[in-house]
Amino acid sequence: MLQRLLSGDTPRSRVLAAVLVAILFGLLLTPFVFPGTRSLDVAAKVMVFILLVASYDLLLGYTGIVSFAHTMFFGIGAYGVGIAATRLGPTWVGLALGAAAALALSAVLALAVGLLSLRVRAIFFAMITLAVASFFQILASQLSWLTGGEDGLNFRLPEVLRDRLVSYYAVFGVVLALFLALLRVVNSPFGRVLLSIRENEFRAEAIGSRTVFYRTAANCIAALGATVAGILYAVWLRYTGPDTTLSFNIMIDILLMVVIGGMGTLYGAVLGATLFVVAQNYLQDLMKLASAALAGVPLLPSLLHPDRWLLWLGVLFILCVYYFPSGIVGKLRAGR
Amino acid sequence: MNAARRFDWMPLALVGAVLLAALPLVGSASTWVTLTVAGLAMGMMVYMMASGLTLVFGLMDVMNFAHGAFISVGAYAAASVLLALHGRMEQPSLAANLSAMLPAALAAIVLAGALGLFFERVVIRPVYGDHLKQILVTMGGLIVCEQLIHVVWGPDQIPLPRAASLAGSITFGDVAIERYRLLAVLVGLAVFAAMWLLLARTRIGLLIRAGVENAEMVESLGYRIRRLFVGVFVAGSGLAGLGGVMWAMYQESVNAQMGMQMMVVIFIVIIIGGLGSVGGCFVGALLVGLLANYIGYVAPKLALGSNILLMVLVLLWRPNGLYPVGKS
Amino acid sequence: MAEALLSLAGVHTHIGQYHILQGVDFEVPRGGLTMLLGRNGAGKTTCLRTVMGLWRASAGSIRYDGKNATHTPTPDLARQGIAYVPENMGIFAGLTVRENLLLAAREQALDEKRLEWIFGLFPAMEKSWHGLAGTLSGGQKQMLAISRAIVEPRRLLLVDEPTKGLAPAIIANMIDAFKELKRTDTTILVVEQNFHFARTLGDTVAVMDSGRIVHTGAMAALAADQALQTRLLGLSLEAHQ
Repeated sequence: MLQRLLSGDTPRSRVLAAVLVAILFGLLLTPFVFPGTRSLDVAAKVMVFILLVASYDLLLGYTGIVSFAHTMFFGIGAYGVGIAATRLGPTWVGLALGAAAALALSAVLALAVGLLSLRVRAIFFAMITLAVASFFQILASQLSWLTGGEDGLNFRLPEVLRDRLVSYYAVFGVVLALFLALLRVVNSPFGRVLLSIRENEFRAEAIGSRTVFYRTAANCIAALGATVAGILYAVWLRYTGPDTTLSFNIMIDILLMVVIGGMGTLYGAVLGATLFVVAQNYLQDLMKLASAALAGVPLLPSLLHPDRWLLWLGVLFILCVYYFPSGIVGKLRAGR
Repeated sequence: MNAARRFDWMPLALVGAVLLAALPLVGSASTWVTLTVAGLAMGMMVYMMASGLTLVFGLMDVMNFAHGAFISVGAYAAASVLLALHGRMEQPSLAANLSAMLPAALAAIVLAGALGLFFERVVIRPVYGDHLKQILVTMGGLIVCEQLIHVVWGPDQIPLPRAASLAGSITFGDVAIERYRLLAVLVGLAVFAAMWLLLARTRIGLLIRAGVENAEMVESLGYRIRRLFVGVFVAGSGLAGLGGVMWAMYQESVNAQMGMQMMVVIFIVIIIGGLGSVGGCFVGALLVGLLANYIGYVAPKLALGSNILLMVLVLLWRPNGLYPVGKS
Repeated sequence: MAEALLSLAGVHTHIGQYHILQGVDFEVPRGGLTMLLGRNGAGKTTCLRTVMGLWRASAGSIRYDGKNATHTPTPDLARQGIAYVPENMGIFAGLTVRENLLLAAREQALDEKRLEWIFGLFPAMEKSWHGLAGTLSGGQKQMLAISRAIVEPRRLLLVDEPTKGLAPAIIANMIDAFKELKRTDTTILVVEQNFHFARTLGDTVAVMDSGRIVHTGAMAALAADQALQTRLLGLSLEAHQ
């Protein structure tokens, strides 16, 4: 039963399974076990990023494509909801329309970007996605009549969703469902073709799979996943703005999460997102203490300054790329 | 970068066309001159920042996403020197100012070059040939470098007052041209000329041009091309550092995100120019600089997106860039 | 009997998952011209590339001029006197003919007498001296590639399919040039599909199939034996002109 639910892709490591279960139940029970707005916010962010990063893992870890446009799709989802809620008021119809429009736009863009650029080399593709995402970010901050510009959009949602608990579990449900769906995708024949393309593109072409088609499809699925994550995030925050979704820093965060968690595993996204978001919110307090404690020592306090936590993550990220391509998940699986 | 046999004039004609088309759009000839100089200056600075990256890619097939770090580090190194020698910068004599700016530029080139050496050896060498890992690893390097800048120089933006003799503008009748921009154009032209001479007239230039086409064949002819790679990488990094200094002095401040912020523009420029082509990078940078300034004046709302639109248009015309490098 | 200039013993080469060379044993005697024949995909090009160090031998040993050359880096092999003319010629299209030759001449300057000799073999080189190599015809490019390999005296020439895609008249020119080359004391190893070319010029011959050498011997002997030709090379090679 569990096998079927997970599409045969089990954790394959007791420690990993335990951690995943802990995260699952932690997220499920947060409103009761860790009450308070801050912890709910952190937990919701964790869930949104699990979906965001898992969809990116499909692209990077399974298909071997580096794209910098993932945050663009994230933003499209969020702005879809934001614009609809602002223009059409806090109605279900408005919400549905906004979400649908966002998904449609993402699909079209992903298709266009995919078909046009996936024929070129990986590096070219990466640079173009960077330019496209940057363009989109500029659009979002310039078209202030539509997007609220730099300030973004604050909006209200239909009655039912105004209850924090309800929206929390709505997010939980959608994320869980889509995560399992992604597991299904990567463990299907389609997923296996993706892996073979990643392993050896030349050979995959030779055995007749039209790689452009598969890679574009992967690009679209990933884009849709990111869009849904954006929709959920906007629903949770009741706010959308260029910094919350479109900023390049978020793209970097995604990269950090997917690599450190473990590329090509999907569970890596769960671990990476949880670790990152929790650390982002709580580790900094720890680092502040450490930094203060080492006040007299040269250089160390600035190295341990809470704002420098990205430094350590960056180093960890680099080490993972060289030595642990399957990240934490890989290490856990190897260790069992 | 060949001697002018069958030289491809079209891209240069494009630059000319942009210059001419802007005149009626801008309206006044004097404003046009000011904007043109501004555009050329910006183009030159971007060229300095970008040329190393495109050459490294053409020669070594390595895309160093951390190139922005060399720009930032160069700028910061220079800032430290300039601030230490601020007395000389405040004097109204050009000679005194240069006696501060030259060491600053040197510091920038040396430090950025040294960082480049470290990068090539430690970060990039293990992942030659694997583009995916290269992108990831160099992105990681960029993050770490930016953070280390914070550690060493602090998180705040550092203001860099302009040299006293280069402040303000020279006026010819209606036309006002900023002095600093003139300097930037001169330095840029000098760098371009030096690179052109190196590539066209020296044996090393010959090796680089051949290596961009077919590195394997150059090895088969008996040259240890790895050493050339390192040399070019370090030179490219140093050049980026120089670009960073020029840019920082232009902005009159340095901040840790400088390099990262320029990356999008740099990528656009090298894609427009053709990955691996130094001449293409030069033309691309000029186009980007000019366009940014003209459009910034004529239609400010479009300004930020103009680069990307330019890139799309150029790619529709020439999918491999203005001067595609024929790879064997 | 002097030791062979080049000898391979049990050489295996893997490219990715493909096991291309599966135990190559053969020797190239000093002086003279050795032909390496075989069907498409037999591994001839891989053989040359492995010798030149462009692909790494996964097993076995390669000896050149009495020394172990199995893992010697490519530039060092070139400096020890091996010149390689690849299948795609490897000329630098963006450089002029002169620059191509200049690059190949490691002694910094081109020797006048040597150049005269090359111009004698390939007059087109003199005519297009300052022209971009990319604008040369297919045959001229091949001539340039070979000129590069001989612009200075070399001990061993590795040539991969010099007549590929060339018109018969140009091939005749090529044959004359190689006859001239044989008069120097350069050892030449040529991979070829054109049997006429092979038979005219080859002193010794080796035949490859599926990553192994299946026949070695004198060219004259193979040329005289139709049945052997058909067995080794698939069809009567009179047709392969």
